[in-house]
Amino acid sequence: MEIRDLHFAHGARNIFNGLSLDVPRGRITAFMGPSGTGKTTLLKLIGGQLRPRKGTIHVDGQNVHRLRRRDLYELRKRMGMLFQNGALLTDLNVFENVAYPLREHTRLPEELIRDLVLIKLEAVGLRGARRLMPSELSGGMARRVALARAIALDPMMIMYDEPFTGLDPITKGTIVTLIKQLNQTLGLTSLVVSHDVEETMSIADCVYVIAEGRVIESGAPAAMRDSSSAWVQQFMKGEPDGPVPFHYAAPDYRDDLLAGGLV
Amino acid sequence: MIEAIRSLGRWGLGIFERLGRGNLFLLRVLFSLGSLLVRPRLVVRELYSVGVLTFLIVFVSGLFVGMVLGLQGYVTLSKFGAEDSLGVVVALSLVRELGPVVTALLFAGRAGSALAAEIGLMKTTEQLSGMEMMAVDPVRRVVAPRFLAGVISMPLLAAIFSAVGVYGGMFVGVGLLGVDPGAYWSQMQAAVDLQADIYNGVIKSVVFGFVAVWIAVFEGYDATPTSEGVSRATTRTVVHTALAVLGLDFILTALMFGSPQ
Amino acid sequence: MTTRAIEILVGLFVAAGFVALFTLAMQVSNLSRLDTSDGYQVTAYFQNIGGLKVRAPVTVSGVTVGRVSRIRYDPKRYMAEVTMDIAPQHDYFSTDTSASIYTAGLLGEQYLALEPGAMPEVLQNGDIIEFTQSALVLEEIIGDLLVRMTTE
Repeated sequence: MEIRDLHFAHGARNIFNGLSLDVPRGRITAFMGPSGTGKTTLLKLIGGQLRPRKGTIHVDGQNVHRLRRRDLYELRKRMGMLFQNGALLTDLNVFENVAYPLREHTRLPEELIRDLVLIKLEAVGLRGARRLMPSELSGGMARRVALARAIALDPMMIMYDEPFTGLDPITKGTIVTLIKQLNQTLGLTSLVVSHDVEETMSIADCVYVIAEGRVIESGAPAAMRDSSSAWVQQFMKGEPDGPVPFHYAAPDYRDDLLAGGLV
Repeated sequence: MIEAIRSLGRWGLGIFERLGRGNLFLLRVLFSLGSLLVRPRLVVRELYSVGVLTFLIVFVSGLFVGMVLGLQGYVTLSKFGAEDSLGVVVALSLVRELGPVVTALLFAGRAGSALAAEIGLMKTTEQLSGMEMMAVDPVRRVVAPRFLAGVISMPLLAAIFSAVGVYGGMFVGVGLLGVDPGAYWSQMQAAVDLQADIYNGVIKSVVFGFVAVWIAVFEGYDATPTSEGVSRATTRTVVHTALAVLGLDFILTALMFGSPQ
Repeated sequence: MTTRAIEILVGLFVAAGFVALFTLAMQVSNLSRLDTSDGYQVTAYFQNIGGLKVRAPVTVSGVTVGRVSRIRYDPKRYMAEVTMDIAPQHDYFSTDTSASIYTAGLLGEQYLALEPGAMPEVLQNGDIIEFTQSALVLEEIIGDLLVRMTTE
């Protein structure tokens, strides 16, 4: 997959200014960056849900935004996506959620669907939870079910949107292991979008740090740690102040206090 | 001054933009209706939540509205010694106006708001986005069946409302106030015309159903994906449906009953 | 809720809706009334039709046998031309049948009453009723009455 000179704006706010990057097949690639840099937007652009203002995205040699609707849908069948909160269909139970893409896109007999769903659920360790409704699941379980659903159609590529956010350490560990396992056993191309430095570094083959609409730094995780960029250092170590200021842009503190009056 | 005119212009443009998006969305929904032929089950599910769950409120409201009409009509008509025409008053009010209009308002409150909230919440929780990424068109799978179910349910609900109301009016007029049952029915049958009254009433309810469910699914689908956005979409659904139904009712009535023969 | 229960309830709902529509059509309106669609048409000319309207009933001895289908002014005869549809089973009106416009009750709707004559031939499609009596116009009667009272 390759992205060239991508420009995208949300209303008046520019999100990407000439973003270019490559995602190698069969590897885990991570996009990192502070909140609000448009990492989720990037995934939506790759999935063809949003259109860029300028620039191209090629997935498996096809230009996503030049495809006709039918071809785009064909391509999406080969992409899995794990949403931040799982995005499970709330009126279906776990089993039916995982079975959903199979039922929609295949004409498989019921027994085969059952077997496939159980295989996928076993892979994420939730075969026993198949009768639960999404509202009965914890955040981590919901994300695992969503993962099982994302791999139901055996995609070539899977995109993870903030897979580690808001999880306890044990669940986080589980998800880390799952992503790694799936990547190795199924040979999936994996795209991880996250701002959790430790977890992402531990599984990624290649890391892109994105800020202000461009790639600031890229390379293997080890190389990133030794990056000379002050910006990357601040992000990696989580220091409150640095190139990214602690304070939101504001007039002089003293003047502001003395000015009096209302906000 | 210029600023005031400018904000007025911006407001107008905003309305037209929404109208345009609403129409495009309607076209998308109408084009996806065909795919439902393959999966009628989806529609049956939605008929349950849109139709069956609205049945009770429509039934009870119809009964009471009919009873009130019976009582009020009797009081007025008896001044002219025309109690025998009670059936006519009750039936014509119900079939021509109250049946379609009140049912549409109840429908907006019960089913429309639920539809808007449901679709809005599915958008907020990224379920619609998730479907798209699974290469499933949410307009086909989520919106179209709900739309069709609404359009099917409304005329049925309005007919139930009117029929129940006629019996409610009879219960009060004949049962409690002593109007002759033969006169109640025969005068009604002589005055209510199948073509002019009942067909037109059904046409009204179909139009109202179409508009009500269109507004509901559009507001839900177009909602800002936050809890505030969903609550606003729900409110707007009810308000806009009520206004649209009452306005359209005037136009339809003028077209159907306005011209002298 | 199981799919089965949902389907049953939806079935009941749709059935209830159709029963209601059927009730409205059969009980509330006059669907069970005369079908004049394949009957025959006759025409009558009146000096004054009063408030007669299209779709007003055509009766014989108070029994409805048809409907007024068209009303227009005939500029050649200087009279109102009333065309009526009569149901096919009522094919026994003699050619000297007379037609009158009456009012149901004091303030009711106006209707057309036929009175069969004695001729052996019967009215056919497109025939004209020769003997007619115009509607009574209240103002004319009152005016008449006043004139008579003053002249006496």
